[in-house]
Amino acid sequence: MLRLAVKAFAPARLPFPVMHVDTGHNFPEVIEFRDRCLAEAGARLVVASVQQSIDEGRVAEETGPRASRNRLQTTTLLDAVTEHGFDSLFGGARRDEEKARAKERVYSFRDEFGQWDPKNQRPEVWSLYNGRIRRGEHIRVFPISNWTELDIWQYIQREGVEIPSVYYAHERPVFERDGMLLAESPFVERLPGEDVATRRVRYRTVGDMSCTGAVESVATTIDEVIDEVSATRITERGATRADDRVSEAAMEDRKKEGYF
Amino acid sequence: MELLRFATAGSVDDGKSTLIGRLLYDTKAIFQDQLEAVERTSVQMGNEYTNLALLTDGLRAEREQGITIDVAYRYFATPRRKFIIADTPGHIQYTRNMVTGASTADLALVLVDVRKGVVEQSRRHAFLASLLRIPHLVVCVNKMDLVDFDRDAYENVKAEFRDFAMKLNVSDLTFIPVSALHGDNIVERSLNTPWYEGTSLLHHLEEVHIASDRNLVDARFPVQYVIRPQTDEHHDYRGYAGTVVGGVFKPGDEVMVLPSGFTSTIASVEAGSAGGVGTVDEAFAPMSVTIRLTDDLDVSRGDMICRPNNQPSAGQDIDAMVCWMSEASSLAPRMKLAIKHTTRSARAMVTDLAYRLDVNTLHRDEAATSLGLNEIGRVSLRCTQPLFFDEYRRNRATGSFVLIDETTNATVAAGMILGGGA
Repeated sequence: MLRLAVKAFAPARLPFPVMHVDTGHNFPEVIEFRDRCLAEAGARLVVASVQQSIDEGRVAEETGPRASRNRLQTTTLLDAVTEHGFDSLFGGARRDEEKARAKERVYSFRDEFGQWDPKNQRPEVWSLYNGRIRRGEHIRVFPISNWTELDIWQYIQREGVEIPSVYYAHERPVFERDGMLLAESPFVERLPGEDVATRRVRYRTVGDMSCTGAVESVATTIDEVIDEVSATRITERGATRADDRVSEAAMEDRKKEGYF
Repeated sequence: MELLRFATAGSVDDGKSTLIGRLLYDTKAIFQDQLEAVERTSVQMGNEYTNLALLTDGLRAEREQGITIDVAYRYFATPRRKFIIADTPGHIQYTRNMVTGASTADLALVLVDVRKGVVEQSRRHAFLASLLRIPHLVVCVNKMDLVDFDRDAYENVKAEFRDFAMKLNVSDLTFIPVSALHGDNIVERSLNTPWYEGTSLLHHLEEVHIASDRNLVDARFPVQYVIRPQTDEHHDYRGYAGTVVGGVFKPGDEVMVLPSGFTSTIASVEAGSAGGVGTVDEAFAPMSVTIRLTDDLDVSRGDMICRPNNQPSAGQDIDAMVCWMSEASSLAPRMKLAIKHTTRSARAMVTDLAYRLDVNTLHRDEAATSLGLNEIGRVSLRCTQPLFFDEYRRNRATGSFVLIDETTNATVAAGMILGGGA
């Protein structure tokens, strides 16, 4: 997404800032990568902090071994939209990722509560997008809606886009939960029997450390990653995202609340 | 790799979901966890078979009611091509959804049950495909297994469909006898239809020639954004960014900018690259590029760059076929709306409703005074600013527009330009 945006406006700089909704439970490699990339692109960073939302009493921290800040992000995100007066936000969501997303528009309208109403979406014909809103409403724009996971990897390969190291195979202490490999970290309490072992893994998607699972892998180059993605029989979110496993409509429910 | 976008239309009964499920399954586009989830839900819902419609019906309301509410997009690829399926529901909001799915499609897939022949719905789908100018139409005559792969039954349906299609503008019409349930003629040619000389559906989708559907003659570049870096390094830089929607643009070409009518020469055609900006030798649809001119002209968003000897029509009055998509209101003469055409926004007033078209019979009702939800008619519009347009049949991008309700900001209509008005 950053590469596409930089290319679209080159040689001018991005005419908008880049926002990170920061759960505080990030992979350290990813934060380091974020800062370096944005400095190279000359882009301005806006951080919306979930920790700050918790400290200010806007949201309550979940507790226990299955605690996650995933759902709390929505409040932080919507507060940031209001604070900065954003009337639109670009996101990298794709229709092939998840069945609720398969029905979402490229220009996804959000009302003053940040809600998505799947039954009342604006028809989207040809390449004519309707970005008209009233004050307080906003549009989430998903320019790569029609890309697939494999398209992303092939684009990264073709363009030589740098990506965080966690996408390549590395040694990491992990434990198994619900058939997923979660990273050992200060942010997740382990249940009895969840023993940590060091395995060779990589990530197919990267969210926060508490809900993103790793897959066992030996792929250390982009070509090897593409071979692996081409051969896999499990979707990226199905394999690795605890946040989608709450129910059949977990994503739809979160999106209605204003989640990305 | 070449991309083919196709729209499917039909209801659960004619086996559309089974057909899509079959294509996805046989091209390994359905993943194990998705299939397991669908199997689990099918059992929970008491279905006797694995309901592949659940793969695309992702919304809670769709699952609860067993219906498809909206266009769903599905993706698969073979070593030859990438495919995007716009799967449009058969009954609910059929016109609005089919228009949405068909607007970007290269090919339309219509299913006909061989036992029922050409029914109202098949005619409607074929008509909408021709109205939206989808260049290729494939009719899958399905459930051949239920008539013992009888050639006469197939030929009868084919003749009946062909009769109806004669009245439409269908340039490429293909028939394939299939059994979606058993996979006959879907991926491989079936041994059950030795009398059929054509290819399998998948083979046809891989081979159908779409490159020539592109308009490479009429150079059209609607300006989307003006790039002015305002930095020391690029102090005098001025580039016009957008997507080529017709013809070819090359450095050295003489071009004209509308509405000003000034001419200049293309200095360079640029595209973003890893290191900043790179140049390309030529640009054609659907490339997104930045065009720089040798002269400093007043050019802004909504302007059109074309060739002096090949200009689009320009005018404030247009005649168009319009599909109304709102349930909250209806179209009537004197109504004022916002119009979005290419990158240009203006206001428009409906000056005339010539007729309403019955999508089943193609009858023109000239006494009609309004267009309601899912109704199609011919209208005249007067715009507050000139539009730079081509007939929809010549160029889908410069011939299409949407109408927006200025109070609710909802997109209420899709329009296809027939020509300039009075």
